Amino acid sequence: MSTMNDPNPDSPILRVDNLNVSFHTSKGVVRAVRRVDFHLGREKLGIVGESGSGKSTVGRAILGLVRPPGQVQADAIRFHDQDLRNLSNRQWRGIRGKRIGMVMQDPKYSLNPVMRIGEQISETLRVRERLSRAERQRRVLASLEAVRIRDPERVYRAYPHELSGGMGQRAMIAMMLVADPELLIADEPTSALDVTVQMQVLAVIDDLVSQRGMGLIFISHDLNLVASFCDRILVMYAGQVVESCRAGELHQARHPYTRGLLESLPDVDNPRPVLPTLNRDPAWLEDVP
Amino acid sequence: MSEAALRVEKLQVNFGPVEAVRTVSFQVAPGACFGIVGESGSGKSTILRAICGLIRDWRGEIRVQGTPPRYDRAFFRQVQMVFQDPYGSLHPRHTVNAVLAEPLKIHGIQDRGRRIEAILEQVGLDHSFRYRYPHQLSGGQRQRVAIARALILESSVLLLDEPTSALDVSVQAEILNLLARLRAEHHLTYLLVTHNLAVVSHLCEGLLVMNAGRVVEEMTIDQLRRHETHDPYTRQLLTASLGYDREAAASLQTFD
Amino acid sequence: MPTEHATARAWLLADVPGSAFQAYCGRLYLGWLALARNKLALLGLAIVVGLVLCALLAPLITPYGPNQQNLANRLQPASLQHWFGTDQLGRDIYARIIYGSRITLYIVVLVAAITAPVGLIVGTLAGYMGGRTDTVLMRLTDVFLAFPRLILALAFVAALGPGLENAVIAISITAWPPYARVARAETLTIRHAEFIEAVRIQGGSTARIILWHVIPICLSSVIIRVTLDMAGIILTAAGLGFLGLGAQPPDPEWGAMISSGRQYILDQWWVATVPGIAIFVVSLGFNLLGDGLRDVLDPKSA
Repeated sequence: MSTMNDPNPDSPILRVDNLNVSFHTSKGVVRAVRRVDFHLGREKLGIVGESGSGKSTVGRAILGLVRPPGQVQADAIRFHDQDLRNLSNRQWRGIRGKRIGMVMQDPKYSLNPVMRIGEQISETLRVRERLSRAERQRRVLASLEAVRIRDPERVYRAYPHELSGGMGQRAMIAMMLVADPELLIADEPTSALDVTVQMQVLAVIDDLVSQRGMGLIFISHDLNLVASFCDRILVMYAGQVVESCRAGELHQARHPYTRGLLESLPDVDNPRPVLPTLNRDPAWLEDVP
Repeated sequence: MSEAALRVEKLQVNFGPVEAVRTVSFQVAPGACFGIVGESGSGKSTILRAICGLIRDWRGEIRVQGTPPRYDRAFFRQVQMVFQDPYGSLHPRHTVNAVLAEPLKIHGIQDRGRRIEAILEQVGLDHSFRYRYPHQLSGGQRQRVAIARALILESSVLLLDEPTSALDVSVQAEILNLLARLRAEHHLTYLLVTHNLAVVSHLCEGLLVMNAGRVVEEMTIDQLRRHETHDPYTRQLLTASLGYDREAAASLQTFD
Repeated sequence: MPTEHATARAWLLADVPGSAFQAYCGRLYLGWLALARNKLALLGLAIVVGLVLCALLAPLITPYGPNQQNLANRLQPASLQHWFGTDQLGRDIYARIIYGSRITLYIVVLVAAITAPVGLIVGTLAGYMGGRTDTVLMRLTDVFLAFPRLILALAFVAALGPGLENAVIAISITAWPPYARVARAETLTIRHAEFIEAVRIQGGSTARIILWHVIPICLSSVIIRVTLDMAGIILTAAGLGFLGLGAQPPDPEWGAMISSGRQYILDQWWVATVPGIAIFVVSLGFNLLGDGLRDVLDPKSA
């Protein structure tokens, strides 16, 4: 178990200092991520932003998934005491999917279409631990049950195209959780799911964080969901972190973008005839001091 | 009592053995906005598709302005739909002008240039957008074009299929405000389908909750605001929509 | 003049096009810029343009006629008077190659003009209408796909006599099925798209949808396929010419030139080889252009 092996359970699982990601295109340099800093302990950190804010790029940069023409520069990206910058493919194979789990948005691109679900999920177990085949199967079925899949036997034998979108996403989450990672980076993992299933899946992830000491980076556009699920929140706009606060304090946010966003959300309990809309101040694009 | 703008009675839609819509009934007064809320597979979009004619194989009764749908040109002038995905509902090779001119051409309406300019202004796009292609527009702008397309025939009933689900949060508010304004200005009738209770509460006066093809509950927005739900499914939906809560998540059941 | 060029470019790249025509030209211009970034595609385009120019300007760029015989000068190697040498009847090979480009171009244009529209219409109709229409049209396509091209050409020649037009018909009959399949596949992916549904609920007819909505989307794939197929068509035409089934002597068709040069290949290799190189270069040109077009127009990246 992760907590038992870690000599210092209070040290941050992940440190990111001065992360910058730029894309050099024919139309100029696009700075997708600018000067992002944060530490992550055994907690749920939410990164919230709209499309183009750079939130997904942060997740990909940490996992070394930014390909040219993108360039990643950071003073530090440390996972426990391992430097994640410039790792070789072989080194990444030992980390991605095993010690750091990742759940991306579209299951179509993460699940191998020609392998059965059960096989794919047990693959992650095969390398890491020496388990008998029966034991592996048991663990995989257990992980499928944990994401509220009602007939795990059928899903175990199914191919990805035989599952609905929501089931596929849950299978993907099961695949990442079965290896018992120390850190999970999830990019809109539940956005395609119905709201009740969403709640159940989040409960599973919640338990993993509290019981197994897993760290979670939860990337989403849904401000309310992140505020209710995560412990801390980073709000991103145009590549920068414009707000950083505890989840419970979101409604006392200070940055005008966050305030504007909160006010423009329709609310069942707060009827307004006209919703306030966001006035994008060009000053927000300048570097945050 | 004035005639309902839209009346649906015991609507049944089957796809082979699957009952997508099971004897659903409701009505919408003229100028009102009525919401249908449900999760995926609840049948809510299927109802819209049956009304506008994308699905012709249904049983029961549908009446628009008192008459059953004949799915001819006259009918299509009365009822139009705004689709969910702003990236999929505009032809990638057609300019905004072509998209808006098409319904006019189909219905033999002259004076197209003036009407196009007028509708663009109505939805908050200035004339510089007229000859742009969809890939040159943002999601919110595309959805405005989709709304303009639905209104250019001066329809009185608008079917809205998750009109803001695919949009960024900050853009959603603009589109919701636009829809509210247009409805007031042109006395339109809206039938709004969504999974988002907050959106329904903003635009509509009443709503229907659906699950697995069946009507679970019908309520007014006031009842929704007071959390006056009679059905456990609705209560669960309402709780879940308020945000994540560990205890609540543990007590969630599956209703089939 | 620099300022005219600058204003034309500004007009094409204008952020706010003022008319449908301007918007369309702008899009074409951007497509051209994307193509021009690919050097190999430009090379392909240059070859194709070169082919067209040779065909158009043939009388102006050849010092001799293609059928001008000079038996005293037969089978001469390359020299300053005859850049590619002379053939067995003393005719200038260079001139015959240039005039032969007309025949090649004629075949290419005619086959493309016949097969592309037929394939497009059959494919989009089958894909959009589905059901029995789809089955009937696709089985028809399969029938024509099953014909081996050269054998069919032989059959035509046996029935109608040899000649260039018959060769073109024979090639066209077997060349259109792949385009129908490509068009049908594309149509199937967009058949249920929301932008198609939007036209249906406006009251748009099937003809309108297929003509203005489906075909524009399928056009890119078909154009790419046709361009890439051109190489094969040129080779087939040359093959027919080689067998004596296409253009008849004394027409300077490149395949026929290879055939008649066969017997001199050991000592006077240029008689058969130069037309072979011409065929190779033109085929390569169409291939490179087709690849470049695919990179620009590929629906997956659109």
